[in-house]
Amino acid sequence: MIFGIHWNLTSDWAFAASIIPILLRGMIVTVEATVLGFLIALILGLIFALLRAVPLKIVSWPIAVIVEFLRDTPLLVQLYFLYFVLPNYGVVLPAFLTGAIALGLQYSAYTSEVYRAGLEAVPRGQWEASMALNMPMVLVYRDVVVPQAIPRVVPALGNYLVSIIKDTPILSAVTVLEMLNLATIIGDRTYRYLVPLSEVGGLFLILTIFSSWLVRVLERRLPNDGIPLR
Amino acid sequence: METLSSLLPPLLKGARLTAELALVSTGVGAVMAFLSGIGKLSRIWPARMLSIVYIEVFRGTSLLVQMFWLYYALPLLGVSLGATLAGILALGLNIGAYGAEVVRGAILAVPTGQYEAAVALNFSKRYTLWNVVLPQALVEMMPPFGNLAVQNLKDTALVSLITLSDLTFRAQNLRNLTLDTVPIYSLTLVLYFVMALILMALMRLLERVIANRVGVTAARARS
Repeated sequence: MIFGIHWNLTSDWAFAASIIPILLRGMIVTVEATVLGFLIALILGLIFALLRAVPLKIVSWPIAVIVEFLRDTPLLVQLYFLYFVLPNYGVVLPAFLTGAIALGLQYSAYTSEVYRAGLEAVPRGQWEASMALNMPMVLVYRDVVVPQAIPRVVPALGNYLVSIIKDTPILSAVTVLEMLNLATIIGDRTYRYLVPLSEVGGLFLILTIFSSWLVRVLERRLPNDGIPLR
Repeated sequence: METLSSLLPPLLKGARLTAELALVSTGVGAVMAFLSGIGKLSRIWPARMLSIVYIEVFRGTSLLVQMFWLYYALPLLGVSLGATLAGILALGLNIGAYGAEVVRGAILAVPTGQYEAAVALNFSKRYTLWNVVLPQALVEMMPPFGNLAVQNLKDTALVSLITLSDLTFRAQNLRNLTLDTVPIYSLTLVLYFVMALILMALMRLLERVIANRVGVTAARARS
């Protein structure tokens, strides 16, 4: 029994059906961690990308090293680092929040590259034309560059969203009760791993197929020539 | 300094296993990538179906779920792999599915003129694939393969969750023994970072060697 939901051990099929509600509870945590992690990655990635574009080497260089470091070290170890080291400095966060932050940190390294590539992909002529029109920098970004960069970055960001979904089971290592963790707990208590683990695989497949479909729909809806921000 | 010198030897032992696992599973992944990447382009429909199902299942589900499935669930079907084999297979099959898309994309990117020339010269299908298409496609594949190899190295950390004593597992053990969390995890992160930098340098070297042997640079192959 987990969450007050009993499983039925009379047959494999009855067992499979009876644990679905438990796994769906886990799926909610999976989705929550994904959304929170993705939001952190979107914002932090943007900050990294902007700081990296600063012409001062003393700013851009350390940021480049940090991004590279975040990208080339395992999420699991970063998660352990946050979970076990931060409390030494008086920062005690719940496991779920630590997990979402770890996801956000790792993926901010990826999203910052996406933003950078997106800004660079806006044709030079657009920059030059804005300069020629004597537009202030803020307006160049708000009215010319960013609106055209958005359709270019959305597909790549969408791929990382799907990636984050698949990385959430790692949070089970710090006791977050997401789908995989619940499945192994069910397995530990009933000695039946095959059914719950296969179901989790199926549920992940559904989640990723659904979310990539959503990203594709969004991609098609976006006009190629940009989105006005006003 | 004293803690560093006592922490480093056990961590390096774990790093060795991590490197070995990364190497072997990348090899498995490369084989799977070519088999299923070419399989997806095959005219034989069972080969195509099999490749598509493999790629979608392994790209659509989480690596950790795959690993747990191979380690905990498969024995209940009568196949006991053991932790090492389950870890290598999960890593290799997972990264192979991502590599398959790279292989497929690179093959499709070979200019049609090359196929037409091969037909004009009356080359057999197999000869065209091995001696005309793949060498050129390989040059294109190498940069994304480099990224996947680093991805795979990072993914090896998950084997610590199925009891293999890799770098992450040793770090966890040391934490339980000494509670020196800051130096242990900092050192672990740095070791992974160094391994990733070495791997990237090696992949870049390999990239250059292959480009030289084929006689085209990636830029020229594209034009």
